[in-house]
Amino acid sequence: MGLQGIGAAVPRKEDRRFTTGAGRYTDDMVVQGMRHAAFVRSPHAHATIKGIDTSAAEGMPGVVGVLTGAQLKEDGIGNLICGWAISSKDGSPMNMGEWSPLAVGKVRYVGDAVVVVVAETRAQARDAAEAVMIDYEELPVVVDAVEALKDGAPQVHENAPGNLIYDWEIGERDATDAAIAGAAHVTKMKIRNNRLVPNAMEPRAALAKYDKAEDHYTLWTTSQNPHVARLVLSAFYNVAPENKLRVIAPDVGGGFGSKIYIYPEEIVCLWASKRTGVPVKWVADRTESFLTDAHGRDHVTEVEMAFDAENRILGLKVDTIANLGAYMSLFSSAVPTYLYATLLSGQYVIPAIHANVRTVYTNTAPVDAYRGAGRPEATYLLERLMETAARELGVSPAELRRKNFIREFPYQTPVIMCYDAGDYEASLDAAMKAADWDGFPARKAEAASRGKLRGIGMSCYIEACGIAPSAAVGALGAGVGLWESAEVRVNAVGTVEVLTGSHSHGQGHETTFAQLVSDRFSIPLDQVNIVHGDTDKVQMGMGTYGSRSGAVGMSAIAKALDKVETKAKKIAAHLLEADEGDIVIEDGHCKVAGTDKQVPWFQVALAAYTAHNLPDGMEPGLKEGAFYDPSNFTFPAGCYICEVEVDPETGKTEVIQFVASDDFGNIINPLIVEGQVHGGIAQGIGQALLEDTAYDASGQLLTASYMDYAMPRAADLPSFQVSNTVTPCPSNPLGIKGCGEAGAIGSPPALINAVTDAIGVRDITMPASPRRVWETLNAKA
Amino acid sequence: MYETNYHRPSTVEEAVALLSANPDAKPLAGGQTLIPTMKQRLAAPSDLVDLRHIEALRGIKLEGRRIIIGAATTHAEVAGSEALQSACPGLASLAAHIGDPHVRHMGTLGGSVANNDPAADYPSAMLALDATIHTSTRDIKADDYFTGLFETALDEGEIIVAVSFEAPEKAAYAKFANPASLYAMAGVFVARHGAGVRVAVTGAGSDGVFRQGDMEAALSANWSPAALDSVTVSADDLMDDLHASAAYRASLIKTMAKRAVAAA
Repeated sequence: MGLQGIGAAVPRKEDRRFTTGAGRYTDDMVVQGMRHAAFVRSPHAHATIKGIDTSAAEGMPGVVGVLTGAQLKEDGIGNLICGWAISSKDGSPMNMGEWSPLAVGKVRYVGDAVVVVVAETRAQARDAAEAVMIDYEELPVVVDAVEALKDGAPQVHENAPGNLIYDWEIGERDATDAAIAGAAHVTKMKIRNNRLVPNAMEPRAALAKYDKAEDHYTLWTTSQNPHVARLVLSAFYNVAPENKLRVIAPDVGGGFGSKIYIYPEEIVCLWASKRTGVPVKWVADRTESFLTDAHGRDHVTEVEMAFDAENRILGLKVDTIANLGAYMSLFSSAVPTYLYATLLSGQYVIPAIHANVRTVYTNTAPVDAYRGAGRPEATYLLERLMETAARELGVSPAELRRKNFIREFPYQTPVIMCYDAGDYEASLDAAMKAADWDGFPARKAEAASRGKLRGIGMSCYIEACGIAPSAAVGALGAGVGLWESAEVRVNAVGTVEVLTGSHSHGQGHETTFAQLVSDRFSIPLDQVNIVHGDTDKVQMGMGTYGSRSGAVGMSAIAKALDKVETKAKKIAAHLLEADEGDIVIEDGHCKVAGTDKQVPWFQVALAAYTAHNLPDGMEPGLKEGAFYDPSNFTFPAGCYICEVEVDPETGKTEVIQFVASDDFGNIINPLIVEGQVHGGIAQGIGQALLEDTAYDASGQLLTASYMDYAMPRAADLPSFQVSNTVTPCPSNPLGIKGCGEAGAIGSPPALINAVTDAIGVRDITMPASPRRVWETLNAKA
Repeated sequence: MYETNYHRPSTVEEAVALLSANPDAKPLAGGQTLIPTMKQRLAAPSDLVDLRHIEALRGIKLEGRRIIIGAATTHAEVAGSEALQSACPGLASLAAHIGDPHVRHMGTLGGSVANNDPAADYPSAMLALDATIHTSTRDIKADDYFTGLFETALDEGEIIVAVSFEAPEKAAYAKFANPASLYAMAGVFVARHGAGVRVAVTGAGSDGVFRQGDMEAALSANWSPAALDSVTVSADDLMDDLHASAAYRASLIKTMAKRAVAAA
């Protein structure tokens, strides 16, 4: 079974249906009597709603209902919540404004949902939506977080004076100030982390069905965590108690974080299905995705890093302003705090760190976790600083990093995290060798002979995955625990179903999770099925985000497998009249080690269910469940090196070479891990060179389609050179760390370090678009 | 998309009759601009008259030195035409770099020329090649045909049948693509016929495609990239948007012109 077990590069089982168009997504779901919803959205970034006239729309062909926020309130539907409470440094709670699923009184960003129309066809719903007359009185608009904090800025929410949500800090301010005051050298930078639109291939969608006879709801939706959706919909939005609500997240075409959250549309569809008496489907079009999917990043930071005379880091001082948009999305508060500032030690010994973070309301789309979530922002800050400091100090970027690497584990950082294992120099050495770092000057000279500016840049990232120890995050304000669950059901013929609380939306769980089982019970991969994404089938689970499904989700499966294995060995020992300690499972059999006595695996399973001949007192059946709560975060780390060539005449940057050396701990499926890294780096190249989310001063999204929002294409990417070093994670049974986000976290600073090296400037703001590079070169000349 | 009626005529006459009978009808010639616009509910033609299945509008012919391309010829057909690759490789190469494979297999030369998007590639070729636009009623010289942003000399109900031009001695196109849309931010088509050189610029002009007279003069005197060094491209009357300022576009025009001459 070694060919399909742990460590085998097995092609993905699920790809047959995805590549033949046989996937089943929310929009593929059809139920009897289904009708279609269209949302009337605010065209203004900030306005008072003076009146809503739905009469014309109600008379349009096919219209079943035209519903407003006032009606939603009548029915007691709750406002949207934020699931992580962060307090300001003075102890006051965060200033959270109201977010009604359909706006009442005011709209606060372009795309804010105001009215929903339900009609027989999607086209009729849209026609009627255009006939809804809303009288707006426009209000002053603020889109930039720094501007929003200034005196006299337009107020987005009455209960967030000065648009400040919280003013939070972590670390030691005095010690950090002292370190900077006594430093031999201080590198200062002002760094912007650009706002990104998630752009999952499948737009968000919901199909809600209310069954009057059973007083029961079913919701099919594009969710990364259907159980969390059910919990929140039940506990906070008053849709229905959990036992009256089934949430199904079928095939989901990419999430990247944006499908963690509960959005207004799912709530409204559920409510409307009861109120109108028909099942209601809504599918976002691409414009709605751009306008209303939670965006990512959008930080502005002033930062200082202090060094002693030997180039050792003494301290790091960070002052960040994070734009959270018009409303606080479900985990928005945690992203620029505990997912960001706790990683500010990077791979380095930094004796004193202080970070201050202010989060701000603006008249823009809500901002929440997006692939990496806080960790890309921390990595970008540190790795741009290390590059810039190395140039200022006149040392090589590799040597500055080597001098400051953490080398002893466990290592307690000054910002909560305790790193358990790693070998940062091993990744650096592997990447420099693969990139032929020493040969760069010759390549640069050759490029110059062709009129091209060649640059090289590295980035040594660390991130925290496997979120998260429940008690620890609870103490920090999280409203949920972050364990995971699994149930392993061995059928009477020995095939296996695994019910997991994780959710696959592109990660390949149906393959990797099955590999665990195949490895343990010595059965072929196609005899294992992974069941996920349905609250009626699967026990409570926490879902997939933060690269947690390997370290946490698979650990829960491993725990359940332990229990099944123990029982199976007892049964086998009984059948073979041997000691259970002598039973091994291999080649499809339970064997007595060192003898030729054996019984096929399926007969052990059959024996468990016939129950004709079980050990005394043993219950029939072979099915076990487990919950796994991690004892620590996991800490993937690595080194990325990239080489670019800039065409000085056009400003266009070409990525010539990209080397990734990652330490993800033990790897279950190298093929899938490599794919995850490829996708992550592609997104990082997108952030660094292409993607920008631009609002104009009136709050209109200028980049609301692919005509203006530049996504990376195959032609923008080199062939990646990906390899791994391994330090097993000590805190989980499989020794795995997680690989889903590393590429997006580690790559942007490597790219910008390379671009600034190529064009000979200290800094350039992401994205380093052709225009920006050309203008930077021209300003320099 | 709003409701619309779809027609598939098989002759030019039938198409013209359908268009004339329905004042809110639109010709559909690949639909790579029109269909997305309709999907966004920004256009609502009562009828769509699909021109792609009219045999008389298809195909590429070489008559002596004269090249005639049917209006419903797709970009992929232009790109793949052996006749064009030999007689005017610059145009085949232009077509090979329009949009993406999906666009190239649906979009047509006539559709692009009729739409006259200020960032489309073909209008620059038509202007630089001194092409004639043959319509259902008359022949129009390219110099008289492109009249502004999305504006042409076509009358209501008049459709393009073909374009024709003399095979140039040398011609090439170089563009710098918008990183998001891949439309030209500056696309320059250079063509030399005997002593005459024509240079047309797309993607950059705030009034659409235009000829660059200073470059034509410089290249007529000396057909080489270096001849353009002394030409100053003014940023006046150039587009200024998120992706490119007028000054950046002016610089790109010069760079692309030099690259086109080098490639020709």
